[in-house]
Order: sequence, then structure tokens, then C-alpha cells
Amino acid sequence: MKPTPDSDHWLVRPSTVRRLSQISALLLLLTVLVQIAVNIKGYFLIDGWFGFGALFGFLSCVAMVLAAKALGPLLKRATSYYTSGERDD
Amino acid sequence: MIETLPPALILVAGALSLGPLRGHARSAVLLLAPALTLWTIWQIPDGVSATMPFLDYELKIVEGSPVRRLFATIFALMAVIGGLYAFRTARWHELAAAYAYAAGAVGVCFAGDLITMFLFWELMALFSTVVVFSGATEASRRAGIRYAIVHLLGGVILKVGIAGIVVHTGSIDMRPMLAADFNTWMILIGILINAAAPPISAWLADSYPESSPTGSVFLSAFTTKTAVLALILLFPGEPMLIGIGLYMVMYGILYALLENNIRRILAYSVVNQVGFMVCAVGIGTQMALNGAAAHAFAHIIYKALLFMSAGVVVYRTSMNKCTEVGGLFRTMPLTAICGIVGALAISGFPLTSGFTTKTMISQAAANEGLAIVYLLLAAASAGVFLHAGIKFPWFVFFQKDSGLRPKDAPWNMAAAMLIFAALCILIGVFPGLLYRYLPYPVDYAAYTPGKVLFYLQLLLFSGLAFFLLLPLMRRTNTISLDTDWIWRVGLRRIAVLTGRGLVETGAAIAAAKAQTLAAIGHQARNGLGIGRHSANGEGGFFARSWPIGLTALWIAVLLSVYILLYYLN
Repeated sequence: MKPTPDSDHWLVRPSTVRRLSQISALLLLLTVLVQIAVNIKGYFLIDGWFGFGALFGFLSCVAMVLAAKALGPLLKRATSYYTSGERDD
Repeated sequence: MIETLPPALILVAGALSLGPLRGHARSAVLLLAPALTLWTIWQIPDGVSATMPFLDYELKIVEGSPVRRLFATIFALMAVIGGLYAFRTARWHELAAAYAYAAGAVGVCFAGDLITMFLFWELMALFSTVVVFSGATEASRRAGIRYAIVHLLGGVILKVGIAGIVVHTGSIDMRPMLAADFNTWMILIGILINAAAPPISAWLADSYPESSPTGSVFLSAFTTKTAVLALILLFPGEPMLIGIGLYMVMYGILYALLENNIRRILAYSVVNQVGFMVCAVGIGTQMALNGAAAHAFAHIIYKALLFMSAGVVVYRTSMNKCTEVGGLFRTMPLTAICGIVGALAISGFPLTSGFTTKTMISQAAANEGLAIVYLLLAAASAGVFLHAGIKFPWFVFFQKDSGLRPKDAPWNMAAAMLIFAALCILIGVFPGLLYRYLPYPVDYAAYTPGKVLFYLQLLLFSGLAFFLLLPLMRRTNTISLDTDWIWRVGLRRIAVLTGRGLVETGAAIAAAKAQTLAAIGHQARNGLGIGRHSANGEGGFFARSWPIGLTALWIAVLLSVYILLYYLN
């Protein structure tokens, strides 16, 4: 039987998840703010800009997830596709 | 001339003895054969140290160099740790095949000529197929056949190229070349097929997940990385490889994002990571080639670690899909932690091996002023964290609670995972341990504050994107069509249609033949007097009787005309 949220492993209790989210948000903020003190050497003009790594990482991932989502209907098939008669041949 | 024992032979001997041996003796061979191989590898000096006559050629079966020793070392290490991981659960024929497969990989490392390389290349193809077959399911049998066809085809293409080179140059030496003519193209294509480059990349994600939980650990290590070594030795600086590598990098990410099968996610990420190496070989500078070699070394360790972690899950739960598992960290903490270490390493997180090797490739691109390549590799680094770094541990060990409470890894699997996890961190913290064995002198500092900060921003914000976009990444119980559709469905359809067309054409030809024969028969009957109106069969023109006098008259006329013409001339 599955445990209730409060009796489950401490790592997945709502209070821990909330605390982890807060710590993560703080970490994200810090990694950008630290750039005030730490110089990131840019090789191609834009990659040395303030917060470029954060923005580029985030936007790249959004683009990849959306691209995968768009490809889904085109590429995804039932798991039985190659083993059943679903193929119309 | 045999100055040093070919290390591959030790693994072959080990593989051969696994069948007859039982119990502790077999276990001892499993651990000692690769350990002895490892020792032999480090006794091999630079240059040719073993040759053998073959036809009119002198085969260089052992040629040492730093990059060859580096790859052979990681292959032998993979064999010994893989053996530790597998020896209590895998059947003897899978282990024997895996060791023969590893022997092929080590053999390629030291092959000093194209013929020796080809022989060991085919040894790998043969025994890796047996490893796929050892999944012992109908799906693994079918995947094994497809795997064998692709690799034998790749072998034939490689052989055509080698034969062409030998005929045109008279030399079997392995020397750097560019894809400039038919023969070099054939060699490049043959190698790229093993590297899982497009468009034949689908064989990898098709076959690896169908093997046994232990088999996929071995499969993840050898074939693609031997191809990377072959590219380093034969095609350094081939510019086309940059584009091919970047395609592989993006292909791996997008397909892994779509995938539901745990080990297939990892299989796609093999292609993604090999893409980094192929791209580096294309850049071709000393730093890029160092990066390719170092990344191959680190990759074999963390990828095997990921496959080990996934293998324990499959072994304990008999489940393969993200939709079936989840919340396993509760009872499998060690497997989860090792999986997370592997996931962080593949993502190139600071203090893990991936960071110290992958950034070297990006640096090489930056040094050459390749802005687009540099930015795409940075985007891909973020994408790796997305598709493997977070997705794999999240969906397998966390997300929803599947209610499954399997036991953690058996002691041998746990020990193998811990060794590789420790190596991931060791190389991450002390990259100099690896850098000193790279093919060229290393002038690269992985840990500068700016670089660490840039990659932390890149990776942590890709993590943010993952959790924000989680609703878009809901797992579906599906597979994704890939280029293997061409040979699994497309070619079959063409064959069926061609067969149907041939049958119909054959029927049409038969009908036309019957009609023609009937028409000829009709004419013959009319012309030759076998007509249906003639009772005795002599009613036709040619069948009539002619008077002798008329014939004599015709002869006389013709002779007269001839004589006349003769005199007129």
C-alpha cells in the first residue's frame, strides 16, 4: 500500500519539496548574481554578457522540448507498431 | 616479429575458457583476463612491436601510441568492471561473447594496418551480435538480426574502401586521410555506421535496449568508441565530421526526449555523446583530438554506470518503461545515487568527469573561432542535462510513486557501480590524472571561475526549464519512428509491392503469350495449310503443290536477269 504524503519518505514530503524548491530558486538567483563578481570570458561577443549562460540554457531547453513536442505526432507510434498489423501493408 | 603479446589474444583466450570452466574458476578468469590484458596494454611501447606475414603483406598486429593505449585501457577496464557487474546473473555465453567483443575492440586499438583493423572490427560485429541475442527474447532475436545486417553491411563497405586503398596505393598502413575519393569515402562510411552516425543511426537505439540488463552495459562501451578511435587515427580534421557530429548531438537529445523506454533514453544519449566526439575529430586540432579521446574515456565510464543503474532496475523489476516505474529511490538508494552520479557526469556538471572532458571540446571550437559550433555544443550540453541528467533519474527514481519496492542492487552490481561512480568523481576532481595520458600535451585548465559559472548557469537553468515544462514531457507508452523504419517497414513494403507487381506482370505476360501463340497458330493454320477448312491439311498457300514446269520457268527467268545484269556492268 502506498504511504500517505506525510508518512512517506522525508524527501518527498510536501514540506521538504517546498524547502527544496526555495533552495533551488535561491541557487538559480545566486548563479546569475555571482557574475557581478566573477567574469565569464566570452569568445563570441554575446557569450560573455551578463546572465547569457542562464538565458541560453533555459531557452535552448525550451526550444528542444517544443521541437520534441512538435515531432511527437509525426514520430510517435504505439509500442506494438512493429509487431502488430497496425502498419497498413 | 612478435616482441609483445597482442593484448586482444588474452581476452580471446579468456572468452574461450569461460564455456568449459565453472564456478570460482570461471569468476577468476572473468576478473583476471581483462586485468592481465590491462597490464599487457601498458607494456606496449610506441611504434610497431608485433608483425605477421599475410599474403604479400606484413600485418602490424600491435602498434602502440598514447591514444591507442588510452582507448585500450578503458576497454579493458570496462571488461573487468562489466565482468564484475555481470558474472552472477549473465549466462556464460553472454559473458564469453562480451569478452570476445572486448577483445575485438582492444585489437582495433593496436591495429597498425587496415587489414588487422578490419579483422578485429568484424570480430566485434560478430560477438556484439551474440550479446544482443543473449537478451533471449523474441524482440532481442529480431533486433539481433537487424543489428547483424547493419554491421555486416558496414563491414562490407569498409572492406570495399580498404581494398580500394590497397589496390591504388599498395599500402595497408593506417594513416590520416580525408574523404576525397571513392575509397576513402567507403572507409569513412564504414566507420560512421559503427559510430551510429546518420542516416544509419537507428541500429543503436533499436538493439541495445533489447539486450539483457548486463548485455547493454557491454554494448554501450565498445562499438561506437572504437569508431571514434578509428576516426581519430584515420580522419582527423575531416571538416564534414563537424556537421555530422552536431546532427548526432541534436538527434540524440530530441529522440531521448520523446522516448519512454529507460534504456532507449540512454541509447539515444550514447549517440548524442558520440556526436560530441565526432564533432571534435572534425575540428581536428590537438586540443580537439585530446577532447575527443578524453571524452570517449570519461563517456565509457559514466555511460556504463548509467546502463548499470538502469540494468539493476530492469533486473529487479523486469520493467523497462518510465511509465511503469517511479519512486524507486525509497528502496534502491544506492542504485539511485550511482545513477545520479552518472547523470551528472554525462551532463558535464562541475566536479564530474564529463565537465573536464566535454568542455575541452567546446574550448577547441572556441579557439578555432567556430561560433556556431561552440553555441550549438553549449545548447547541447544544456540539452544533455535535460534528456539524461534529469530525465533519467527523475522518471526512474522519483516522479510518481509506482508502489514498487524492489531490493537494491546485488553486491557485485553495487560494487561495479560504486567503482565507476568513484571514477566519475575522481576524474572530475583531478582531471590531471586523465590529461597526462592524452595523445597530445594538454594546455587546458578545466576549472576557471568563469567557466564553472557559465556551465552552472547553463545547466541549472536547463533544470529549471525541465521542471517548468514537465507537463509537456508527460511520458506516453509509445515508440518513436526512426530511420530503421526504412528497413523494418519501407523496404518490406517495397518488396511486397515489387513481388505483387512481378506476379501481376507475369500473369499479363502469360496472357499476352497465350494470345500471341493463338494468333500465330491461327496464321500458321491459314498460311501453311493446316486450316480448319482443309480436310487433308493442304489448303494453305505454302502447303499447295506446285508444278515442276512453273519452277523451271522461274529459275530460267532469274538466270536471264542475272546474266543481263552481269553484261550490263
